[in-house]
Amino acid sequence: MDQKIVFIKDTGIENDRTKDYYALFLNLLRENSLEDQVQINRVADIGIYNQGLVVKIFEQDVIYANVKEEQIKEIVLKTIKEGKVIKELLFQSPPKQLRIVLRNCGEIDPENIDEYIAKDGYQALNKAVQENKPEKIIEELKKSGLRGRGGAGFPTWLKWKLTRETPEAQKYVICNADEGDPGAYMDRGVLEGDPHSVIEGLILAGFAIGANKGYFYVRAEYPLAVQRVELALAQAYDHGLLGKNILGSNFNFEIDIRLGAGAFVCGEETALIASIEGRRGTPRPRPPYPSVKGLWDKPTAINNVETLANIAPIILKGGDWYAAIGTEKSKGTKVFALTGKVKNSGLVEVPMGITLREIVYDIGGGMISSKGIKAVQTGGPSGGVIPQEYLDTPVDYENLQKLGSIMGSGGMIVMDEDDCMVDIAKFYLGFCVDESCGKCVPCRIGGYQMLALLDKITEGQGKLEDIEKLKRIALAMQKASLCALGQTAANPVVSTLKYFFAEYQDHIVDKKCRSHKCKHLLNYSIIQDKCKRCRVCLINCPVNAISGDKEQGFLVDPKICIRCGKCYEVCKFNAIAKE
Amino acid sequence: MTQEENKIMLDEIASLVSKWKDKEGNLIMILHELQNFYGYVPRPAALELSRALHTPLARIYEVITFYNFFKLEPPGKHIISLCLGTACYLKGSAILLNEIKGLLNVEEGATTKDGLFQLDVVRCLGCCGLAPVIKIDDKVYGKVQKSEVMGILSQYNNHQEESVK
Repeated sequence: MDQKIVFIKDTGIENDRTKDYYALFLNLLRENSLEDQVQINRVADIGIYNQGLVVKIFEQDVIYANVKEEQIKEIVLKTIKEGKVIKELLFQSPPKQLRIVLRNCGEIDPENIDEYIAKDGYQALNKAVQENKPEKIIEELKKSGLRGRGGAGFPTWLKWKLTRETPEAQKYVICNADEGDPGAYMDRGVLEGDPHSVIEGLILAGFAIGANKGYFYVRAEYPLAVQRVELALAQAYDHGLLGKNILGSNFNFEIDIRLGAGAFVCGEETALIASIEGRRGTPRPRPPYPSVKGLWDKPTAINNVETLANIAPIILKGGDWYAAIGTEKSKGTKVFALTGKVKNSGLVEVPMGITLREIVYDIGGGMISSKGIKAVQTGGPSGGVIPQEYLDTPVDYENLQKLGSIMGSGGMIVMDEDDCMVDIAKFYLGFCVDESCGKCVPCRIGGYQMLALLDKITEGQGKLEDIEKLKRIALAMQKASLCALGQTAANPVVSTLKYFFAEYQDHIVDKKCRSHKCKHLLNYSIIQDKCKRCRVCLINCPVNAISGDKEQGFLVDPKICIRCGKCYEVCKFNAIAKE
Repeated sequence: MTQEENKIMLDEIASLVSKWKDKEGNLIMILHELQNFYGYVPRPAALELSRALHTPLARIYEVITFYNFFKLEPPGKHIISLCLGTACYLKGSAILLNEIKGLLNVEEGATTKDGLFQLDVVRCLGCCGLAPVIKIDDKVYGKVQKSEVMGILSQYNNHQEESVK
């Protein structure tokens, strides 16, 4: 008799109690002598987040969410034993998502190649090597309209075609898994949840362009991803999917792992190549492009994790199937890491052309607090902010670019009225200044000078002419930097200047930060009506800026005050005003 | 370094070099393994590596100093990684940073005087849904509030660890 399969995972965010629930399930199954008929699995990711205990029962194909401890018994007795569905517990999955890249994440055990194979895994590779027409793969990709998911959106088929056509015996393919964008973790999700889908894509890339060697360049900061990829590679070698004469054909292909070492610039393709070669990860001028002269000066195709995870389904189902999803120029789906002030943070995969509003409100569940949405940031430190009046824009490469942002790798950060746009611009620029490799002057010095100007503005020392200076340096960086890091580093500043100029004016002219983020612009004072004269603020003030006595009341001296906010924190009566 | 330690180092480097010598671009991978072994890259080890690989020491140091991941100083006993990625920043991780700095009297990237904690600032641990996030050694603390920092850190002080033993 076939075993019934059940997956469980505690998706709560406090502490993961999956283990306890597992024990409860086992006990109940034993009590009902069902232990031989039911296989119960703890999974690391079930594709649902923040919904308490989630139970997935394959036989009835039902998913229960927010299951309470005492309801486990009901599930075992009704659903598992009698096959009845408990309607109240059913998980209401948010519609609008379409999972191609994340197709298997949470569905299969990422450490078991057989489960991937059972989901049509390596079928695309089998089809490709049996037909043995690499050009046809590129043709199919052209039909699909797939564009690079690392950020720039270069057509994948063209990259492969150019690499294929460069006359050279030795060629390489590289999977760029150096996801360094702060606030984005799409690649981590795929590598940890379904590493074989990326490996299959990389093997297909090697087959299509005529390479016999591939590299996985993975961030060392993702130890679990590294471990899962290593395991998956070993399994693929064991199954004859890597190595010599793959699946009985003449095609030989090997994959090695190389670890990144914490340098954001290594996401840039020429810097990444330098890093794989064991050198400092600094970019070099292009052309020659890597498709002509890449790793060890040989033609090289570099693709992002998400791009590669798309390849196998396209080969299996055909380019036309993929091209039917999305907008005119941006096909297929995109994975976003939806975070910030939104209720449901997590990875979402949506068809291109969906609006930002649908992502934030229908999938993300709206804002956490009652504070209104101010903007959505996409593209991380290379992107820009999209103010709330453009929320109905369909998401695709062209539209986001028109709005002064970019698709980027997939970070999507929702900001509310509490977030100061000058501070955000400073945050992103600070990141790029930290991560600048220092090779070219516009990026190294331009970024530093812009950051100094923003510091001045947030400290209340800014002048209106600083805005012009910011714009001039930004232009120089965009035009003259060596690589995309420098060319796009000023984007967050440029886009906040475009849409939130009034906030810059507030900081410069009125010396006010309306979001109360820039602490140098805050003024603390004591609301005499609320003050109970308890002296707690006076005792806690580190610089003795508060004076007075119980009869007269207390005052904050703004000349001495260092704006540390200690008084605001310690006051139990909300008698400190911050403005 | 004692003679015994020196021998361990020579053996370790010899085995790493023989494992990687035929692979091109091996320096970064060797440094990763060396750092896994020591927790940082000690200068004598870098010198020995330079001899074994026939690579100038400057070439090795140029790589070590370029990448944030490689350390030249021994790390503290417990490593605090405070995330300053965008999602965490929006949810107040800069406030947590100041709190930790104040409580431990330590700067970013430095180790406390007693060697108990090292404070590292990282850009995104890839768990933005839990922002703001602090990772201490391998344990991740999500949705941390400023008021909870003291309690979290106090779990790691020597006194308590001994009492558990």
